[in-house]
Amino acid sequence: MEFKPGSRWRSAVGSAEFVVVRPPRTAGVLRSGGQNLLVIDAPVADGATLDPALADALAIGKRYTDSESGIELLVSKAGVGTLTFDDRTLVLKEAKQLPSSD
Amino acid sequence: MQTSLLLEMTADAAPDRAAVSDGDRRLDLGRLAASARGAAATLQAAEGERVVFLGLNGEAVSIAIFASALVGKPFVPLNYRLADDALRRLVERSAPAVAVVDDNMLPRVSAIAGITYITRSVFEAAYRDPTNQRQELPVVDADIAVLLFTSGTTGDPKAAVLRHHHLTSYVVSTVDFLGAEEDEASLVSVPPYHIAGISAVLTGIYSGRQIVYLPSFTPEAWVDAAVANKVTHAMVVPTMLGRILDVLDARGIGLPHLKALSYGGGRMPLPVIERAMARLPHVDFVNAYGLTETSSTVAVLGPDDHRQAMASSDPAVRRRMGSVGRPLPTLELEIRDPEGRVVPTGESGEIHVRGEQVAGEYLERKVIAEDGWFATNDAGWLDKEGFLFVEGRLDDVIVRGGENISPGEIEDVLRAHPAIADLAVFGVPDDQWGERIACVVVARGTPPATADLADWVKARLRSTKTPDVWEFRAELPYNDMGKLLRRVLRDDILARDRETASA
Repeated sequence: MEFKPGSRWRSAVGSAEFVVVRPPRTAGVLRSGGQNLLVIDAPVADGATLDPALADALAIGKRYTDSESGIELLVSKAGVGTLTFDDRTLVLKEAKQLPSSD
Repeated sequence: MQTSLLLEMTADAAPDRAAVSDGDRRLDLGRLAASARGAAATLQAAEGERVVFLGLNGEAVSIAIFASALVGKPFVPLNYRLADDALRRLVERSAPAVAVVDDNMLPRVSAIAGITYITRSVFEAAYRDPTNQRQELPVVDADIAVLLFTSGTTGDPKAAVLRHHHLTSYVVSTVDFLGAEEDEASLVSVPPYHIAGISAVLTGIYSGRQIVYLPSFTPEAWVDAAVANKVTHAMVVPTMLGRILDVLDARGIGLPHLKALSYGGGRMPLPVIERAMARLPHVDFVNAYGLTETSSTVAVLGPDDHRQAMASSDPAVRRRMGSVGRPLPTLELEIRDPEGRVVPTGESGEIHVRGEQVAGEYLERKVIAEDGWFATNDAGWLDKEGFLFVEGRLDDVIVRGGENISPGEIEDVLRAHPAIADLAVFGVPDDQWGERIACVVVARGTPPATADLADWVKARLRSTKTPDVWEFRAELPYNDMGKLLRRVLRDDILARDRETASA
């Protein structure tokens, strides 16, 4: 899996969709709800089930990061399924909003 | 990631939220997204690899930006204020393209090879058509989002390239998704062919803040629109702000709904911003510094910075009223000397930036370095706290006897003189000093004695910063974005000197 900036992905276990904001510095496995992410236009995989221990809600517009690899994802469609990179849980990035300049 | 995804996300999460209005027309996010798809079906069917847009501000601007992204054709807004022949040359350079043109502007650009024309009225009818809105669109993965022609004050206009990843990176990293309150509205008066007109659409939609379009700027229309729409946010260029304050004074009104006013696009005269802060004390002022080539803002002087500077008796803090604030945390900024070395704090040099939003590219050539650093061609310096002071275009900095002199610093001092309405300071070649300082003044009433003006500068700055050449004029040349054209004045003085020498 190559996570290029701007590339779009979807959850194998639900409705969630993602955009890579920042790529990881090292290769790794990115999962939501315990299942590998799929490229955005991939057909829904049969039999992939959500790990109940990894069932956090993912709100649209939120960003998640893993400090060790540097990967950062944007949730572009809401869903359920904790994000992990090489089994490390991604953490919600607190947006530091700038004063509106446009 | 395409810019159109920004709209798809907000329309998905908050379809009923107000998105765009111009005059009596209003679209919510859901209907804006549907209109963008309707427009995309039309643009997809038309021949042409780009989407030229020639027209006034209005909902069709936002719709055309997102529709262009949906079909993967770069959006190319053109400056309708250009002379006809210059405008036609830019349309020719944009071919092959589909051109959305205001009905009354069509005769100015008609019959150009490689252009498919759609008038604005036809375009508007097409994007409102439910059949068009329901059409399947092919999945595209285009790279270039926008081509913006530079104003060409120093030569032929160059087409700056902004890719989808530059713009989306700027938006996603600086704006909170649907972070605006439901009742917030942003008044957009900068024209669609300016980078601020593009970024206003993208950040406005992503934050969920309604965009209120002013078709064309006059200070009266701006105030009318701000009052009628209970506008909470706005961005203006410096020349607009003074004229807006004049209207408020003449009408004896305030802007009680306005929460934040940002300004940029040129040097803000200190007396104007101080007057604005005194006149509108409840408003958060934001100074934003950015370039077309950097996808808009790279440094921001925030509301607290303004208030601290205004209230401070420490000259170093007080001086920050004239600064553009600190660089965004998402990018790097350095000041370098002509050899490329980073200069010590407090010293002047060329501003360089690096970051995901920095494009630094023209259609004709790439100007960004291999390592991602972009030389802005702006001169500036950083103070100890990291506040950036922009001194103007590098070409405008005066080098007199080896000393770098910022024309803006001298202009600020002279602008406070009661007999001066407007002025411009610039360098002209000099055999002894390399350059000497020239000053062109627009007087308020009877022109003052130049000796008095020289004394005024000497008392406040060093004598080496006192202009050597003075001239009075009825008005100064500005481009339509309010940028002073120093080069025009310099060329006039040089031409006159040559005439004198040959006489």
